[in-house]
Amino acid sequence: MCGIVGLLVRNQKMRDSIGELMLPMLIGMTERGPDSAGLAIFGSPVGADERKFSLYSGTDDFNWTKLGHDFEKHLSIKAKIQPKANHAVLITSLEPATVKIWLKEHYPQLHLLSVGQLMDIYKDVGTPAQVAERYDFKNLKGTHLVGHTRMATESAITPAHAHPFTAGEDWSLVHNGSLSNAHSLRRKLEYQGIEFETDNDTEAACRYLQWRMREGDDLETALHHGFEELDGFYTLLMGTSNQLALVRDPFGCKPAIIAEHDDYVAIASEFRSLAHLPDIKNAKVFEPSPMEMYVWKL
Amino acid sequence: METLKYDPAIFDLDVTPLREINQFLHSDASTLNGKSVVIENPNGAHNIAVGLKAELDITIKGHAGYYAAGMNQIAKVTIEGSAGSGVAENMMSGVVHVKGFASNAAAATANGGLLIIDGDAGLRTAIALKGADVVVGGSVGSFSAFMAQAGNFVILGDAGEGLGDSIYEAKIFVRGKVKSLGADCEKKTTSAEDRKILADLLIKSGHADVNPDSFQQYGSARTLYHFHVDNAGAY
Repeated sequence: MCGIVGLLVRNQKMRDSIGELMLPMLIGMTERGPDSAGLAIFGSPVGADERKFSLYSGTDDFNWTKLGHDFEKHLSIKAKIQPKANHAVLITSLEPATVKIWLKEHYPQLHLLSVGQLMDIYKDVGTPAQVAERYDFKNLKGTHLVGHTRMATESAITPAHAHPFTAGEDWSLVHNGSLSNAHSLRRKLEYQGIEFETDNDTEAACRYLQWRMREGDDLETALHHGFEELDGFYTLLMGTSNQLALVRDPFGCKPAIIAEHDDYVAIASEFRSLAHLPDIKNAKVFEPSPMEMYVWKL
Repeated sequence: METLKYDPAIFDLDVTPLREINQFLHSDASTLNGKSVVIENPNGAHNIAVGLKAELDITIKGHAGYYAAGMNQIAKVTIEGSAGSGVAENMMSGVVHVKGFASNAAAATANGGLLIIDGDAGLRTAIALKGADVVVGGSVGSFSAFMAQAGNFVILGDAGEGLGDSIYEAKIFVRGKVKSLGADCEKKTTSAEDRKILADLLIKSGHADVNPDSFQQYGSARTLYHFHVDNAGAY
């Protein structure tokens, strides 16, 4: 099943409470996805030459301070480390390729969830309420986010299999549905030099779009190619540095509902998750059509 | 029950659990007949007012979730907002009126009664329709009236891909454009009898001002469900 949520806050005054606005949305999707949850939040940018690296350790007792010290010592460069339970955000001006090699070499047990200037990713197993509590989702600040609640149907329940997935800097995707050609897509993409981290079908869709964009497609063209190649059911919600984008498969098998308001745009699998947003009665509520691309910019 | 003293009986879904409300709506029909019930703050909850079999007049004041008024008999249910998937699915009789839009599979397998949707309806509307009447004020999505067996399906707007695929004897009337017809669905000439069915449905659904002659009728070419000697080898 799975549930998706998205929120883009247009009213600048409300951006400091995006976490609080989103929380009932995510928890509202618990019945659709009780086994894992996650989100990608786009917050305030780091310095022009810096990047954030979202890291996942798997254990609460991981020594993040030591990692920060090691990083600075080995690479002779400044780094900030912001831990949150078993996640941490590492901020540095070192280029991503070098950071990735260093992490792999010195901390192979860590998962690198995302790289970007705006985006942090948090995802873990547990009910949406438990995951939200663990990473203090309520106090998140930012402009927009995509979130997901997972009911696994095709691969294991682990933090790495939870959504969102990422396919580039400040680029994230959540998915409700299932793909029947994920394995053949994967074989095709690996041949093109695209690396996979899990056997999750959503990751195959994510890597497919990553590949198309690497080949020069913009997001819209990549998604049009996706309609031809992705076989299965999907509602895909994507977050990039300045926009949210949504598509549904040609058969409209997986749901989505949108509320457009002067203060925000909110997207969810079901209205249950939008019902408690402020002034929802005056929002334009509608269902997106299959095979159409919906984009909301900041 | 206490609530019966009040007319209309008002339930607030923020306060009263849905199961309690539905259990009340399933009380002995003789105690419910003729009553009005208002359900506030539906907030997209699933299964509101399902399986009714009394002469009730129910108003849902907002957006309903999946299967609202499913399996309805006799009752009249009005949803002031939109409805999720499967509104009035397998309805047997009565009237269900959605003032907003409806999601996928509205009136799926409905045997009788009337479903009115003022806005658009999603994919697979009236799929496997078995005798109910469905009137959509807006447009319907793809694969609507798939394998529809009986009943009348009126669309004031447009229809998506594959309308009436593998249709049996249901009648479809479309005022707008049809993106494509499904297998074995074809244009029909409207008889005087069918024009009357359409005109009556337009009046019943609040579209008395719409000219029945502005619709194109569609139905089964009957090539799929009759044995054809050319296909004998397939058996």
